[in-house]
Amino acid sequence: MQIKIKYFGMLTEITNCQEGTIDFSGIYISELLEILYVKYPSLKNKEFQVAQNQQLVSGKTKLNSNEIVLLPPFSGG
Amino acid sequence: MDRYNRHIILSEIGETGQNKLSKAKVLVVGAGGLGCPVLQYLAAAGVGTIGIIDFDVVETSNLQRQVLFGSSSLGQNKADAAKNRLLDLNESITVNSYPEKLTFQNAIELFNQYDIIVDGTDNFETRYLINDACIITNKPLVFGAIFKFQGQVAVFNYNNGPTYRCAFPNMPKQGEVPNCSEVGVLGVLPGIIGTMQANEVLKIILGIGEVLSGELLCYDALTNKSFTIKVNRLDKEIKSILKNRNDFNKQNMDSVCEFENFANSIKEFLNQENVQFIDVREVHEQPKVEGIPVTSIPLSSFLEHLDLIDSDKKKAIFCQSGIRSKMAVFILNKHNIHNCYSINEGPNEINGYIKELQKQESNE
Repeated sequence: MQIKIKYFGMLTEITNCQEGTIDFSGIYISELLEILYVKYPSLKNKEFQVAQNQQLVSGKTKLNSNEIVLLPPFSGG
Repeated sequence: MDRYNRHIILSEIGETGQNKLSKAKVLVVGAGGLGCPVLQYLAAAGVGTIGIIDFDVVETSNLQRQVLFGSSSLGQNKADAAKNRLLDLNESITVNSYPEKLTFQNAIELFNQYDIIVDGTDNFETRYLINDACIITNKPLVFGAIFKFQGQVAVFNYNNGPTYRCAFPNMPKQGEVPNCSEVGVLGVLPGIIGTMQANEVLKIILGIGEVLSGELLCYDALTNKSFTIKVNRLDKEIKSILKNRNDFNKQNMDSVCEFENFANSIKEFLNQENVQFIDVREVHEQPKVEGIPVTSIPLSSFLEHLDLIDSDKKKAIFCQSGIRSKMAVFILNKHNIHNCYSINEGPNEINGYIKELQKQESNE
């Protein structure tokens, strides 16, 4: 299944894009993240949260959307 | 009440609502890009008591976005300068300025004097401190944060709603996320996000509309798109803060801001021997410093390369604006590496001094 991933904040400096798609056949969000970590190893060192269907989810959550959002905290003010 | 006529003629506000505003007490932490618009609108709206805490001073590079200040405030403490401006805007309100840092020691007592706390700070350490102090004092927290062209807004700890830790349980490591002074920010962005924060404060006080609680609003100025993400309350996170409440004021800030005195001019070091010059910018950042030997250790991978530090030499550390270099000094001190100096100047100025020195030498 093609999953659309949207990147925010400083994560786009690692991915060099604001969104991308990956081919995914797993079940859990954590499996999806593992694929992203292979593609973008520096993501591993960043704090971010994952949202699907407009809700923050953990790695243990099953993927049930074809779009997820990676959201880091911002510090600027 | 002529001043507030446009509020009073709104049926949702009226004289009752305006009285609620005049009785309200709001503390704004940080009078920077976010704090300025928040303060401006709260003062104009007639919020009766406004507190401002900020230890920083107004600099020229602030004026691009920190709209309460002008040339006449340069060099003044931001809390004091903001107070002067707000009292000119509305002399009928009370404005308390605290020209100091928010710390684990002063936060609880200060928060207890206000009804609502607004986060307009620019670093994670203070953001988590504010969040935890709001949990302990049971105050709603109107949160805003920005990065380049994007912003986040939320109301935390409101009517048993989630807190900042429920959205982001883990504080990013030092230097992991740069702030505005390092990466830049579109000047109008904190204006938009700060105004949204002011709107949430007014809704909480007036009891109208839907407060942005349990959600994180994300905004992108380049696309003008926004969306909200639902955030659930994590009782475990909140309970652990409450459990340790008695030790809250025994904590210390690790913050880079503790190192304000680590502001040195490169001039002091250029003609000294036994100095290691260290550039903590990322490898791609330009211009490079030329004419002196420089060790490049980007802050993003600083800890992995501590072996490049010469323990026998003085360490003169620079970056683009003097902020990451302070972080580097902080990190080194924490690892018991001393004799480290954060340099104020960026590479352009440093190169200028080096050229001057070379000129002098060739004339001799």
